[in-house]
Amino acid sequence: MRTFKSFITQKGFLFKLGLIICALWFIVVIFAPLIATHSTTAQDLSIRYEPPSLSHLFGTDELGRDVFSRVMYGSRISLTAGIITVICALSIGILFGGIAGYKGGKVDEIMMRFSELIMAFPPLILAMVIAAALGPSILNSVIAMAIIWWPNYARLMRSMVISLKESEYVTASRVMGASHIRVLFLEILPNSFGPLLVMATLDLGNAILMFSGLSFLGLGTQPPTPEWGSMVSDGAKVIQNWWVSTFPGLAIFSISIAANFVGDGLRDFLDPKLQKE
Amino acid sequence: MMEMSQTNIKSTATLSIQSEVENILEVSHLKKTFQIKSPDGKKGLLKAVDDVSFTIKKGETFSLVGESGCGKSTLGRTLLGLYPPDRGSKILFNNEDITNISKTNRKNFARKAQLIFQDPSACLNPRRTIKQILMEPFKIHKIKNGEAKITELMDMVGLPSRFLDRYPHEMSGGQKQRVGIARALALDPELVVCDEPVSALDVSIQAQVINLLEDLQKQLNLTYLFISHDLSVVHHISDRVAVMYLGKIVELATRDELYENTQHPYTKALLSSIPDVSGEVREKIILTGDVPSPSNPPSGCRFHTRCPAVMDICRTKEPEFKQTNSNHFVACHLCTK
Repeated sequence: MRTFKSFITQKGFLFKLGLIICALWFIVVIFAPLIATHSTTAQDLSIRYEPPSLSHLFGTDELGRDVFSRVMYGSRISLTAGIITVICALSIGILFGGIAGYKGGKVDEIMMRFSELIMAFPPLILAMVIAAALGPSILNSVIAMAIIWWPNYARLMRSMVISLKESEYVTASRVMGASHIRVLFLEILPNSFGPLLVMATLDLGNAILMFSGLSFLGLGTQPPTPEWGSMVSDGAKVIQNWWVSTFPGLAIFSISIAANFVGDGLRDFLDPKLQKE
Repeated sequence: MMEMSQTNIKSTATLSIQSEVENILEVSHLKKTFQIKSPDGKKGLLKAVDDVSFTIKKGETFSLVGESGCGKSTLGRTLLGLYPPDRGSKILFNNEDITNISKTNRKNFARKAQLIFQDPSACLNPRRTIKQILMEPFKIHKIKNGEAKITELMDMVGLPSRFLDRYPHEMSGGQKQRVGIARALALDPELVVCDEPVSALDVSIQAQVINLLEDLQKQLNLTYLFISHDLSVVHHISDRVAVMYLGKIVELATRDELYENTQHPYTKALLSSIPDVSGEVREKIILTGDVPSPSNPPSGCRFHTRCPAVMDICRTKEPEFKQTNSNHFVACHLCTK
């Protein structure tokens, strides 16, 4: 039997790199207070827009706050919001798309029209409306994002289910007396997880960016709280002081690409056919 | 004196049971219609199985032959409850009505009737090891002691137990088919529907799998519904054979009767197509034209469009399915004249 350990050692460089980056960010999320060199909210207008130096590793922003500390602390909110959004959207999408595809016929028709209804709206505007209606908070923004995001997963899941439900091993399972729930979740879902996983890891970066968009509009986090997306948009106004937006931007870039590498590798791990002897 | 007569009565009773083999499956007027949508958006009905009646006796191998698309697989799968049959159909399994089986009964029925698939690669979940695949029936029916049973099953189908940790793609077609057979036998079924179990395999492997099926039948006292289009295989394995054409059974007889005293022109054409290596020159009946669409079957006898012996009556009147001798049924105007 294959183990995860043997898989890591035989898997390529990119998967390892992705795993290391993810692990590093995980450590940062947990130990942010120990890693941060300054307070995230302490302002010192005498040192506005200082370029990166030894005392301020990533420089300072327009209020003289330490960008490095803010990026470290920001990981807590940005990563959590991004990951929870993707997981929620993925779960809803799997359930919704799974039922629609498996049931087929009228049920499928109605459920899919409903998901298209949501997709018909411009995503950010719909998220804004939902988040504003629920009241500005991190949790509500996450809920709003999950609500506008799940139709993508539902559509993918539905198409996978439709092609897989006709397969002979599903019939075999039915003949064996398996319930529909068992067939859907134990026979079909594992075989459709690869594409879903890749889509989810690609979406992580997008979710972080959209969360920052909501924060920028005052619906996610409120200003003094460090959050990657709002830091990028703050810095974009003063592009000559490149460090203000570059470092949080790099943080978003690194986590989305690392998540994608890991997702790609995990897909291969979950597929026995791609496994070398 | 009293005692004597009682034992006599008993022995005659057992005798009559022995002489008359019980029916495991009784099918009467089975119909299965599918709703279809043609490319131009018109809705239509496809009569995949149209008014089929037959019985299968305990312990026999009952074969169903016919061209692709004649409804033989649909028939097999409808019997297993995979598709709900149309109204008016009746299926009795061990004298129990299973036509519109409920959920719980469906699960119990699964322990008595199983299916062996045509494509051994497609019928095994590619993400599971052989062990996980074979454990599945025990998990579904919450049967303990599955592990021990699995080793027994692997032994029964002639696979070494080291294969248990393999994935389906790491095995050959014949080995995968053996796994498929093992899985079908896991719950000790009485009836096994073999849906073209060897047509996806090499000829050399076909013989092995056929022999295995025969051995298992003797060993476990199984009843087979053997669906195939390979007439040589059918001749080898069957006790009785039914020939299907466009959703109907056109001829049904014991094997030797059917192969030697063929009556229906369609069966004659089918049998003449068996390749012969003896060198003997036989007349081949070549049917022209395609099989008509089952969504729009011909009027009268369904075979009249391709029948070499077509008569006027065939075009208008559907022939009845009639008994011509003790173990031979035919639906043809030629034979009932």
